[in-house]
Amino acid sequence: MRVKIILTLVILSGLILAWNLHTIFFKVPDEANQGAIFRIIYFHVPAAITSFTGFYIGMFSGVGYLMKKDLRLDSVAASINEVSLAFASITLVTGSIWGRIIWGIWWTWDPRLTSYFVCLLIYFGYFMLRRAIDDPNTRARLSAVLSIFACVDIVLVWKSIEWFRTQHPGPVLEIRGGGGMAPGMEAPLWWNLLALLMLSAALILIRTRQEAMKREIDAMRRYAHAF
Amino acid sequence: MTFLRRTLAVAAKDLRSEIRSKEAVNASISFALVILLLFSFAFDLEPEQIRDIAGGLLWLVFAFAGTLILNRSFARELVNDCLDALLASPVTGAELFFGKCLANYVLIMIVECISLPVFAIFYDVRLPHLAMLFLVMLLGTWGITVIGTMFSAMTVNLRLRELMLPTLIYPMLIPALVGAIELSHVLINNGALAENFIWFRILVAFNVIFTILALALVEIVLVG
Repeated sequence: MRVKIILTLVILSGLILAWNLHTIFFKVPDEANQGAIFRIIYFHVPAAITSFTGFYIGMFSGVGYLMKKDLRLDSVAASINEVSLAFASITLVTGSIWGRIIWGIWWTWDPRLTSYFVCLLIYFGYFMLRRAIDDPNTRARLSAVLSIFACVDIVLVWKSIEWFRTQHPGPVLEIRGGGGMAPGMEAPLWWNLLALLMLSAALILIRTRQEAMKREIDAMRRYAHAF
Repeated sequence: MTFLRRTLAVAAKDLRSEIRSKEAVNASISFALVILLLFSFAFDLEPEQIRDIAGGLLWLVFAFAGTLILNRSFARELVNDCLDALLASPVTGAELFFGKCLANYVLIMIVECISLPVFAIFYDVRLPHLAMLFLVMLLGTWGITVIGTMFSAMTVNLRLRELMLPTLIYPMLIPALVGAIELSHVLINNGALAENFIWFRILVAFNVIFTILALALVEIVLVG
């Protein structure tokens, strides 16, 4: 059943992405000021939203572990955070490529970029912490607490565009009060978001299965050591 | 009242222990002086340029030196299983944490109060708004202390504890450090504080949010 769900998600996501790529490259016109490079937004913003969503669901999964002490919830939290970290890296890389073309630099210490980078470092720390703890219950407990702290930092990231003076572009999507994109240009972005969310769900399911197998192997190893 | 009494008892115990051994404070002050010395080799700047980066230098010294104190905070309780004894005592996790926070706060403030004049003398930086700068130090240091003590509790039983703590706390401290650096920069350069009031708000918000979070979650970290 799990394999069928994963396959369905991957195929659907692939189909939407392929159809969307056709739309983005052949139907959507170049942006007046930025030219063709503006199309990077179709991957940059969905990857950012996917990673943010993932970090929050990961935190709630960690809170779920703290309430129920079920290690499966910790596995789900770790899997979600791992996939979200990958999408956060995609966001930074795509943003950096866009910045090189538009601003002429790969990186600037703009508060929004810096905050996102800080977020990434915190989640690298999250996985370092997990690797440093052998006991599964302690690992789950401390990871959940760190995840809660990290998500508070994400709020700073999200709000920083309003709080700080920044050279990062202001909100362009209609949902954030931007209104800077024509509806025809905005639609592929939401389809891409759907595709990336489905892809991340498939990856999370694969990682959760791997974590479950790891738990079984650890349990068998402990059982073998007991004799 | 019980919370305050027990918290103060833990803080007094930690301070008494540190006053007797002086190991963390001495190491931290020496480290702060070494960093100040190393900065002099890293930058060869004019007095005006130094004033421009003074806020940043100052808070890097405070953050690096403070970590030495924070690292020892829970680690000193590992000898003779003192941490287990403390957790088995009537003191709750929140009281133990807050007590250690207060002790660390006092110790880091002592290191800062010694480092600040040394910094001003070495780099010829005038401090025209000393009282306001002290207020910024009080706010910024509380942010460092509360996050540092919480993560010190989290990493106390880990291998590579000394490496894990700075790796985890520095990214977490960025909003507080940035706020403190900006405010210190404004105060050292006689800037308009009213225009930079947002940094005060960020510092206060950071301190309040993370103090509440830490108090709510420390029992889970220490006891499970």
